[in-house]
Amino acid sequence: MAKTGVNSGSRGKKGLKRKAAAEEPQEAAVAEDGATESGVQPPKAAAFPPGFSISEIKNKQRRHLMFTRWKQQQRKEKLAIKKKLKKEREALGDKAPPKPVPKTIDNQRVYDETVVDPNDEEVAYDEATDEFASYFNRQTSPKILITTSDRPHGRTVRLCEQLSTVIPNSHVYYRRGLALKKIIPQCISRDFTDLIVINEDRKTPNGLILSHLPNGPTAHFKMSSVRLRKEIKRRGKDPTEHIPEIILNNFTTRLGHSVGRMFASLFPHNPQFIGRQVATFHNQRDYIFFRFHRYIFKSEKKVGIQELGPRFTLKLRSLQKGTFDSKYGEYEWVHKPREMDTSRRKFHL
Amino acid sequence: MAAAGARWNHVWVGTETGILKGVNLQRKQAANFTAAGQPRREEAVSALCWGAGGETQILVGCADRTVRYFSTEEGRFQGQKHCPGGEGTFRGLAQVDGTLITCVESGIVRVWRDNDKEASSDPLLELSVGPGVCRMRQDPAHPHLIATGGKENALKVWDLQGSEEPVFRAKNVRNDWLDLRVPIWDQDIQFLPESQKLVTCTGYHQVRVYDPASPQRRPVLEATYGEYPLTAMTLTPGANSVIVGNTHGQLAEIDLRQGRLLGCLKGLAGSVRGLQCHPSKPLLASCGLDRVLRVHRIRNPRGLEHKVYLKSQLNCLLLSGRDNWEDEPQEPQEPKKAPLEDTETDELWASLEAAAKRKLPDLERTQGALQTRRRKKQRPGSTSP
Repeated sequence: MAKTGVNSGSRGKKGLKRKAAAEEPQEAAVAEDGATESGVQPPKAAAFPPGFSISEIKNKQRRHLMFTRWKQQQRKEKLAIKKKLKKEREALGDKAPPKPVPKTIDNQRVYDETVVDPNDEEVAYDEATDEFASYFNRQTSPKILITTSDRPHGRTVRLCEQLSTVIPNSHVYYRRGLALKKIIPQCISRDFTDLIVINEDRKTPNGLILSHLPNGPTAHFKMSSVRLRKEIKRRGKDPTEHIPEIILNNFTTRLGHSVGRMFASLFPHNPQFIGRQVATFHNQRDYIFFRFHRYIFKSEKKVGIQELGPRFTLKLRSLQKGTFDSKYGEYEWVHKPREMDTSRRKFHL
Repeated sequence: MAAAGARWNHVWVGTETGILKGVNLQRKQAANFTAAGQPRREEAVSALCWGAGGETQILVGCADRTVRYFSTEEGRFQGQKHCPGGEGTFRGLAQVDGTLITCVESGIVRVWRDNDKEASSDPLLELSVGPGVCRMRQDPAHPHLIATGGKENALKVWDLQGSEEPVFRAKNVRNDWLDLRVPIWDQDIQFLPESQKLVTCTGYHQVRVYDPASPQRRPVLEATYGEYPLTAMTLTPGANSVIVGNTHGQLAEIDLRQGRLLGCLKGLAGSVRGLQCHPSKPLLASCGLDRVLRVHRIRNPRGLEHKVYLKSQLNCLLLSGRDNWEDEPQEPQEPKKAPLEDTETDELWASLEAAAKRKLPDLERTQGALQTRRRKKQRPGSTSP
């Protein structure tokens, strides 16, 4: 026992390999070598008692060394397997089985029963007669009011200005400490269709309230990763007055449909393709990425894009039926982290 | 198929698009029923109540001020009655002794003769309750007593056979610690069984118990829950507690003896619009604006039992109070056939072997057919259009 203790001590740095099956004669041989030689020790297959794990070594340096050795060995084995598979694939040529698709959180998404089927009549009727019906029937055209929380700082003000260049027919007004509930009837009387309030905290914009008027739903988003125009690298010149096209990606569930329609109703119907500008709302894993680009078709299949305009990420916090009334309004959907965020593979939009 | 099995549906839900949905939790199927064959938003269901004669008829109050009669036996709408007068949607529907009681938001309560074939006759009785009514509820023990309450409309109990004045008129609580008047917003009312007491839940997140038998007109007990308006309430079977839901989708069970919170139920994501407990089993059905019907178990253990996604926003629900929940009764032909053949075969086995052998192929064939039929039924079905 003591001998093995001494030997494992002296074996310390150099001669150790990763754990293998216990081999008594080899251990004895190594022990003798270890006892006689002082410095360099020949690398021999280490013999460990079964049930031994690297984490049981109390000495941190030695433990770390054993672990790095083990890791290197694992990596070597993995590379060897890959190489072998690649050779087999090349050897088989056309008859090779298709490559297995790697698992990602997006393709492991939990089945959501609220995903809208395009042929569903009930949902189609619901959407045809909801609060956005007047926009989608081309009876109203959007007119947006953009404002902020009270006393905004420079970043928020600049974001509002840039947003108003991105969204056609929008007006920025300074919020002079007015209550939203008082602003909304005034907006309705002046024929505004949507109200955007950018909330600010500690000199950075962090929230967005989007309220459809006259009696439409109000969505409350968390805003993050805000990049103003001058912070965007390799950007194009400022956007022109042309009406942009819109891309809404990945809004599959019923809730996603409602939010997607809200975004669509911000922009006028008739995009001017001459302007070659496009606003994208891309939903992935419940985060909505907003980008504004100018595109040019170099050939039939090749497109070049320049990012203009501000860029930000939104996450839906709540969708309230009716105009802004956070205290007494009825909520269609509220994000409850402790109940809804239990699975990494479940998304709601 | 859906119409035939309509009587076995456990929950009936009314939606904002005018569709009445019948949900069978055993078979996990939901069926849509519309009066006109197409959903119409003008027919948005605002009130549901059971009709006369057990649970065979449902009265559906729609947004266009008509009350439609739906038969669960036949699975289709039978007739309708237009109930004009006042403004706003129906806030309460009840029926007693062949008459129909309706209450609208502007406070007009009318009692109509219940002959649904006639277009619209004059009301038998009309009461004006006060504007801004949020709920009208009928006392299940005394069907001629109704209670009404609403926004800035205090709780009043009316006797339809008595005088024009309310039997009980609740008084507002004292001014609060800033000496400001406490606003009133009664969102839902329930009568407590075996006493004259009433419970209300308010939009200012209070739950109050009133006792008309006591000399005080102010609430006997007041409890608060949460920070959001309470929109729906139901009594639990047996126990002295109520379950309330608010606009954030939080459900809570509140004890009425002490006024404290017993526990919460998780799952809802939107405002709760309808709540109902089963009269004997510890089951609670809830529906709301998040388009999902949930059935929770209230006791041992508290949790979610069923969840059904119904594609429209749900406004109100009716839970069937029958006891044979689990035992899905077979369709009418089968119970008659099976025992008949069993008795026949028993007798035959006892008496003649040859005759029994002859009977066997028939029995096998019919038994096989029965089994396939049973198998077909038990397969989980999808929602029918």
